[in-house]
Amino acid sequence: MAKKVTVVEEILSENDRAALTNRAQLDDAGLFGLNLMASPGAGKTSVIMATIQALGDELNIAYIDGDLASSIDVDKVAELGVPAVQINTGGQCHLDAFMMQGALPQLSLVELDLLVVENVGNLVCPSGFRLGVHRNVLIASVPEGDDKPYKYPAMYLGVDVMLLNKMDVIEAFDFDMAYFRRGVEILNPGLAFFPVSCKTGEGLGDWLAWVRGEVAAFKDGEGEGYKAR
Amino acid sequence: MHELPITENILQIALRHAGDAKRITRINLVIGDLSAVIGESVQFYWDIISKETIAEGATIHFERIRACFHCKDCENEFAPDGRKFECPQCGSDQVNLIAGREFQLESIEVE
Repeated sequence: MAKKVTVVEEILSENDRAALTNRAQLDDAGLFGLNLMASPGAGKTSVIMATIQALGDELNIAYIDGDLASSIDVDKVAELGVPAVQINTGGQCHLDAFMMQGALPQLSLVELDLLVVENVGNLVCPSGFRLGVHRNVLIASVPEGDDKPYKYPAMYLGVDVMLLNKMDVIEAFDFDMAYFRRGVEILNPGLAFFPVSCKTGEGLGDWLAWVRGEVAAFKDGEGEGYKAR
Repeated sequence: MHELPITENILQIALRHAGDAKRITRINLVIGDLSAVIGESVQFYWDIISKETIAEGATIHFERIRACFHCKDCENEFAPDGRKFECPQCGSDQVNLIAGREFQLESIEVE
C-alpha cells in the first residue's frame, strides 16, 4: 500500500544551511560580504575594480570570483593587490554555498573588512542559491534593455541594492527609465538604486558611500537582522 | 541549467523522509512560475541519480503555481501579463507579489 509522507521542505534547504554556516564564519570574523550578480557583460568586474581602487586604502578587501572557466577576472583584480580566489564552477551556472565553503579557508577572514563575491554572469540561477553573505547586489546595464525586471523578476526580488551601469551610452539606446524603475519598484519597493558609469565615473560616489555606510553599520553591530543572502 | 543540483537536493530530502519505506514511488513538488526550473530536465536527471536507491523510478510531479499579484487599491488579484506589473483593473502600481516563488518538496509517496 502506498502512503503519503508530508515533507514541506524548501528544495534548496541543504544549500541554505551551508549558507548559514558561511554567514556565521563571516560574522565571527567581523567581515561584511557582498554577492554581486548580473548578466554577462553588465560590468561586474569593472564595478568591483572601481570599488577596490576607491576604497582599498581604507578597507581590507578580498575578492572571490565564480566563472565557468578561466581566471581572467581574478588575474585582473589580483593586480590591484587584494587577495583573490577563483572558483571555477565547471559548467555550473551559479555559485552555491558549498563552493563558498571551499573558497573561504583560502582567505584570512579576520584580517578583512569587505568580501566581494562576483557570481557567475546569469540573471536566472544565482538568485536561487544563497551564499551566506550580508547583501545581494544586482548590476544591470543600459544595453540589456529596460524590460529586464519584467523578464527576470526573481532576480530583482532578491536583492538589497542595484546599480544601473553604462549610463554613458544611454542616449544610444531606447531605454525607458520610468518603465524600468516602475518594474523594479513594484518588485522591490524602496530598493537603493545607483545609476553609474564605470567608464566616466558618473554616479560611483553614491555607490561607494553606500558600501562605506554598510561596512560601518555592520562593524557597529547594526547588522542584526540581515536577511539570509 | 541548474536542474542537476536541484534534483540532487530533492533526492537527499526524499531519502531523509522515507523512514523504513521499501520504495519511494512519487515526489510531489510545489513550484512557482518565478522559480526557473524545467520539469523534464529534473525527471531526466532523476532517472540517472536515483538509480540503485529506493527512489529509483519514482515519478516527479510538479504542481505549478502561477505568479499572482494583489492590488492594494482595488483588492484585485491578477497574473502579470509579462510586459507590466500594474493592476489591469485599476492601473495602480501599489501591488504586491503574493504567489509564484514557491520552491518546495511538499510530500513523497512510499511503499
